[in-house]
Amino acid sequence: MAATLDQLFVQLLHGMTAPLPEAIRPWVALAISLGAILAVFGLCFGITTVCERKAIARMQNRLGPNRVGPYGFLQFAADGIKTLTKEDIVPRTADQVVHFLAPLALLVPVVLTFLVLPFGRNMTAMDLEVGLLFFFAAGASTELAVFMAGWSSRNKYSLLGAMRAIAQMLSYELPFILSTIGVVMITGALSTTKIVEAQAAAPGEWLARWHVFTPWGLAAFLLFLIAAFAESNRSPFDLPEGESEIVAGYFIEYSGFKFALFFMAEYLGMFSSSGMAVTLFLGGWTAPFAFLDWVPSWMWFFGKLGVLIALFIWVRGTTPRLRMDQLMDFAWKFMLPLALIILPTAAIWHYAGRGWLGWLVTAPIVVGAYVLLGRSLVGRRRIRQRSYRYAAT
Amino acid sequence: MSPIFYFLAMLTLGGAVAAMSLRNPVHCALSLVVTFVGLAGVYLGLGAHFLGLSQVLVYVGAVAILLVFVLLLTRGSGKDEFDERPDRWWPALGVGGGLGGVLIAVVLAQPGLALRTAPPELPTVRALGESLMTDFVLPLQVVGVLLTAALIGAAVLALSDRRRTPQDSGPVTSREEGETRR
Repeated sequence: MAATLDQLFVQLLHGMTAPLPEAIRPWVALAISLGAILAVFGLCFGITTVCERKAIARMQNRLGPNRVGPYGFLQFAADGIKTLTKEDIVPRTADQVVHFLAPLALLVPVVLTFLVLPFGRNMTAMDLEVGLLFFFAAGASTELAVFMAGWSSRNKYSLLGAMRAIAQMLSYELPFILSTIGVVMITGALSTTKIVEAQAAAPGEWLARWHVFTPWGLAAFLLFLIAAFAESNRSPFDLPEGESEIVAGYFIEYSGFKFALFFMAEYLGMFSSSGMAVTLFLGGWTAPFAFLDWVPSWMWFFGKLGVLIALFIWVRGTTPRLRMDQLMDFAWKFMLPLALIILPTAAIWHYAGRGWLGWLVTAPIVVGAYVLLGRSLVGRRRIRQRSYRYAAT
Repeated sequence: MSPIFYFLAMLTLGGAVAAMSLRNPVHCALSLVVTFVGLAGVYLGLGAHFLGLSQVLVYVGAVAILLVFVLLLTRGSGKDEFDERPDRWWPALGVGGGLGGVLIAVVLAQPGLALRTAPPELPTVRALGESLMTDFVLPLQVVGVLLTAALIGAAVLALSDRRRTPQDSGPVTSREEGETRR
């Protein structure tokens, strides 16, 4: 029973493609997987927007959406209909072709990144040998789409927002990629499926071998997550669309459904980065404890994904926005060196083994690097309570 | 294989032609990106997954961004179109044609081309990495040193702008120097 439930979707796909001729079967399977990914994560996008608005409203002591459907839960459907029927305004001076292509150039690579995520046992849409590289290659192409949107609008604010976004995404891409290399070194594979399989509990062990349970893995996971916040332009890294300074950033001049596409690409990017964090560090579809193996694998993946998305919402509701110099300092002076230190630490872990010796050697390196880099980032400045010059206290 | 190849070839060549013939420099840069993507598709079609994806990661993700930054931040960035017809087109034709001729001659002189058969098995990423770390470790290090030197040079050029004192007028910074960074 558990095995059937585990392989339910795999069997379903197999049943749908079995009657087809051999030659086109992989292509049809890929198309069906893509359709399923779009449907599932499109719905996830809608539900997440409502949950996020409700959760942030709760944190800010207000009610949030509460008019459409029970507890305002159908708000996302109303929003969808609204954006579909809204007028699509294109500025007269805008570069019409590039302005039209930008949302598509942003959304397509983001959707492609989902193809290499293992959603469950045997549930990778495109099981490439270089799956991780595919993820980063597709993710890197989104920067150009942001530039296209900002430049083609012929608006100073949108160009400023695009420049901010590109500077931020380029800076945080280095720790984003470097923090995953430790995992590749330990696993010896770039395939996402193999990385997940390497994290399953060995026979006889009660605890799974998730990478986050190691000193270097924990540090790399946090780095990856912070870089994922920055890559998806989420608070506290939402300078590219800082409302108080540049109105809405690179998508100012987009309205109607094109704006919805930008919004959707942002959320889908957040989902795919979280999914990759789950795959690389949180064991993908494997259970944390060996006795929980009967739970279907895809439930584990989506459960972990939900926890990470809740974390994204929580952070957005509770942290203030960074300043541009703080943003750059943090990327180049803290995250990049720490990511570089994690690499040899992972190598030491590989040779010292996962026993107490590995912990004894690698944990002080990671903690020491964290403390020293953090101190040097703060510098000589003393951190004390902020005094407000103009506001009444 | 064949229809996909012809589609990719058209994409690559079309992007290249557009990059040369369009008037707006940013449009040219974006057309060049189409060429990069088409080339990456050709690599992927040949089974060189690592090479194709690296092409996308490096060229679309980094080089293209650098290109548009250079276009927007250097002189002449205010203009939307290049109206100047180059007067001296014949040296350009000579250099370009000569380089193209040399490249075609080199490719045609390769003994493997005459076989027209696929290699028995495609190298995996592991094999690529192993050969880079054993047989080609010296060239790899030399390339690394070269890139580091370029990076430091670019940083020095960029920094001299700020620290310049009246008696020491350092080298004039030009943004084009930053191009060597990648």
